[in-house]
Amino acid sequence: MASLNPALSTLPLAAPRRRAWRRRIFDACGWGLCGLAFLCLGAATVWILATVVLHGLGALNWKMITQGTVGTGGGLMNAIEGTLILALGGIALALPPGLAAGIYLAEFDTGWLAPVIRFFSDVLVGVPSIVIGYFGYVTLVEDLGWGFSAAAGGIALAIIALPYITRGSEMAIRQVPREMRDAAYALGASDSRVVMSITVPLALPGVLTGVLLALAIAVGETAPLLYTAGWSNFLWNGHLIQEPVGYLTYAIWAFITEPFASAHALAYAAALLVTGFVLVISIFARLALDENTGWRRRMRG
Amino acid sequence: MKFRHLIAVLASVVALALLAIVVFLAVYSWPAIRMNGAGFLRRNTWNLGNLYSDPILRHGREVMPGASYGILFLIAGTLLSTLIAVILAIPVGVGAAIFLAEAVPAGMRSWISFFVEMLAAIPSVVFGLWGYVVVIPFLGHHLYPWMAHHLKFIPFFAGHSGSGYGLLTAGLVLCLMIVPLITATLRDALVTQLATQRDASLALGASRFETLWSVLLPGARRVLIGSSILATGRALGETMAVLMISGNALNYLPRNIYSPISTMASFIVSQLDSALQDPTGIAVRSLAEVALVLCVISVVVNGAARLLIYYHGRWSARMA
Repeated sequence: MASLNPALSTLPLAAPRRRAWRRRIFDACGWGLCGLAFLCLGAATVWILATVVLHGLGALNWKMITQGTVGTGGGLMNAIEGTLILALGGIALALPPGLAAGIYLAEFDTGWLAPVIRFFSDVLVGVPSIVIGYFGYVTLVEDLGWGFSAAAGGIALAIIALPYITRGSEMAIRQVPREMRDAAYALGASDSRVVMSITVPLALPGVLTGVLLALAIAVGETAPLLYTAGWSNFLWNGHLIQEPVGYLTYAIWAFITEPFASAHALAYAAALLVTGFVLVISIFARLALDENTGWRRRMRG
Repeated sequence: MKFRHLIAVLASVVALALLAIVVFLAVYSWPAIRMNGAGFLRRNTWNLGNLYSDPILRHGREVMPGASYGILFLIAGTLLSTLIAVILAIPVGVGAAIFLAEAVPAGMRSWISFFVEMLAAIPSVVFGLWGYVVVIPFLGHHLYPWMAHHLKFIPFFAGHSGSGYGLLTAGLVLCLMIVPLITATLRDALVTQLATQRDASLALGASRFETLWSVLLPGARRVLIGSSILATGRALGETMAVLMISGNALNYLPRNIYSPISTMASFIVSQLDSALQDPTGIAVRSLAEVALVLCVISVVVNGAARLLIYYHGRWSARMA
């Protein structure tokens, strides 16, 4: 080769070698920095979970879940009960419109309304929860005169949960194979028949997974409840309005800044309960939505 | 009524909820908007006035003497803490996404991704608890004094390093809260990109990282921009964590990155109790104006991000 083209033999060999080194260094630095970023994230996750679990296990005992709050001590039974009432109530309120929106977006995505609803739902996810809380305060607590109450807190949480249920239902219903609908329509079934007897039942596991994730969000919320549900040391007396309700996330926020060890114990125990609940639901949802283990596999098979 | 229309009416509740939030907040805060004028965004004093004297008339509206409502310090605190969070979150999010998409074996990817993206599921108030109990003592006693001493050549790093409550702490914790949003979206985009692009690049002799950096990442640019804007929106509106770690400064513009701050979201929580002491009610309505400003900002930010993502979806569908 060199004899054919003398110019080639005079090329400095150092340049390509230097470039090879540069490329190798670029590669090593790139992978190193990416690994470092991943490690930072993983370390933070472990650090947060370890803080919550270690402090929480030290504070959690039988008394904690069987007694109400007394001043800055006692237990969290009132808050556990309140969290369940507010979150389940909020989900129950959000389910009819959320599921309807999911059905509409997945099944009747033809006109102008579906894109509009999808856009509003996606933007609603991003509205800060404190804005929804303050909206609940001025409309429900003040204008309607409900006071701090389970109804006001439940409605605030319902607005938070709405877009999550909408999105989850839409995704689940879209997974139902097209042929199922076509077959039903070909047999002369009406819209309502197809949706109620074919698509929603088939998509039900996915819809429920979305609802569970919305429940996890609702249980972890604080800001929308501070000025709608208030706080109470007592168990709920069944009144929907004019009766404040306690909830776990309030206990985390309010009691950690108190100077007493009993108050800190309440906050740590509440943090462990909330985080544990949220993570168990997330893991369950992950298993349910997983390609290999979840309900989608059964639908395929 | 046809079934389809019944479903449409019920589904519209989702859209109406957002409209109702904007409309009711605007109506409720209207007296405050008229009284505060455009100076609301420029003034730097939030002062309820003298609550022990009689109300006076201003612009045809009863207010306490000396009352002044301006939220410049809240805008500064909100934007600066979000800026720090996003500047840190984008490189960390991109790096972690690349690592998860390319360095982790496909069999383990799902669960390892789930583990770090679990950060997104942890409630805001738990981040606040962690920040308050663990992070602030560490930063305030060890890292910040060290930074203020050794990094004082960087602008805004010098000066009093404070107690640990403040701008940088808020930015760091917000960063952790929004990184999973960027990582999860980008990882999906990297994994699902066309194999032909990757193969062509590798066949030309590029290394795997060069392929990622020069071919796959540019292909996911729009996804990265969209998810970063969504993450920005989340950081702008975070409430509880910021409330517990930011120092809740009042009428104070940050001097350096350790300064205490307040954000619009955290201010609404910390000030409602005292705003209720104002007998003319203008303080509560001014707080509603803060909520309205925050709501409009987040609607604009999230709307822009969604339109970008929708447009991208249609674009890539056409290409495929």
